[in-house]
Amino acid sequence: MGTLASVLEDAGLATVALSIIRGQVETTRPPRALHCEFPLGRPLGRPGDPALQRRVIDAAFALLDEPSGPVLVDFPEAISDEADAPLSCTIPPSDPGDVHPAEAEALGLLPAWRRSYGRFGRSTVGKVVDADGVPAVVGLFARIADGEAWKEVGLPGDPTKVAADIRNFYEEAALSLTDAVPGARQAESWYVTRTKAGDAVQRARVAMKEAGAGFYFWNYLLPMTQHRDPDAA
Amino acid sequence: MGDEQMRKDLEGLEGYTFDEVPWTTPKPLAQSRVAVVTTAGLRPAGGDGADWNPGDQAMQLLPASADGLVLAHFSPNFDRSGWIVDPNIVFPIDRLREMADEGVIGSVADVHVSFMGAQIDHTLETIRLDTGPAAARALLDDDVDLVLLTPV
Repeated sequence: MGTLASVLEDAGLATVALSIIRGQVETTRPPRALHCEFPLGRPLGRPGDPALQRRVIDAAFALLDEPSGPVLVDFPEAISDEADAPLSCTIPPSDPGDVHPAEAEALGLLPAWRRSYGRFGRSTVGKVVDADGVPAVVGLFARIADGEAWKEVGLPGDPTKVAADIRNFYEEAALSLTDAVPGARQAESWYVTRTKAGDAVQRARVAMKEAGAGFYFWNYLLPMTQHRDPDAA
Repeated sequence: MGDEQMRKDLEGLEGYTFDEVPWTTPKPLAQSRVAVVTTAGLRPAGGDGADWNPGDQAMQLLPASADGLVLAHFSPNFDRSGWIVDPNIVFPIDRLREMADEGVIGSVADVHVSFMGAQIDHTLETIRLDTGPAAARALLDDDVDLVLLTPV
């Protein structure tokens, strides 16, 4: 971020960078930066809070009055994540039939995901599979969690990207199962700690790590904030 | 580990530092044409839209609307639910339009840009020497004066 700001400034554009990781702007020294103690992924503060978003931008643009740089100023308001309070969602009942219960759970969430997509008009699902393809890959992670070799279950692509499609599907479905605007990491925490799919991916992550999979493949299956290893319990 | 601890852990990552901090004297805000440049990994939906590979230092030109954009960043280590509910949390295009309507800024650019942060190559050689300058040219061609950069 800081390096990029300097590249643009050097080309003749005035720049103001928002910062979430203070040490990084201290290192890269962009011409003007406003540091905000906000959770990762939410540089403007809170979704659906235009007044706060505007205060952030006003504070950022106020740095344009400074005669020289680098300028690094702290925004006076802070926001904490709410991972300790997972979203409260009732997972729709689903008939497992002859599929893994985690796969059945994902099938049962498809209507909720479709409602969210219809309501918000955007999705982050689709790195490898689309929403309709998520239940099947949940079943594949459940098989890894239950002891099958990760290279042999037939994952349709990079495991980290498949896992991202699952997580994003669940978090987006959750938005239709609650009236609340989620605090930062509340949906993530619900997915990992309250759903069968989250449990399957967590156990698959541990199994892949113990089986000697490359760091990239097991580390990026879940956010590092949610890694739970048996030896760390 | 919570978000605050993760941010602390990421503070020590290496970054590229220029010998001298570049400086462009800004125009008065009320006369400035403003663009957003984000490192959120935004790109238009369709094709490979939802997928931005680790290490890819490409830049993506964006329209002046969040409609049809996908957050394709590879890293799982940040919240995405905010983006789904309100894209202004990352790409504050509605806030800029309000500021233009009020006369606080001159205008909102037609062209905006996304890169993807969390790059493995901390020297950002491609961004410094190729895609960064290319993004600057695209913004200058749209008569942009001022850039608001947003991370994730």
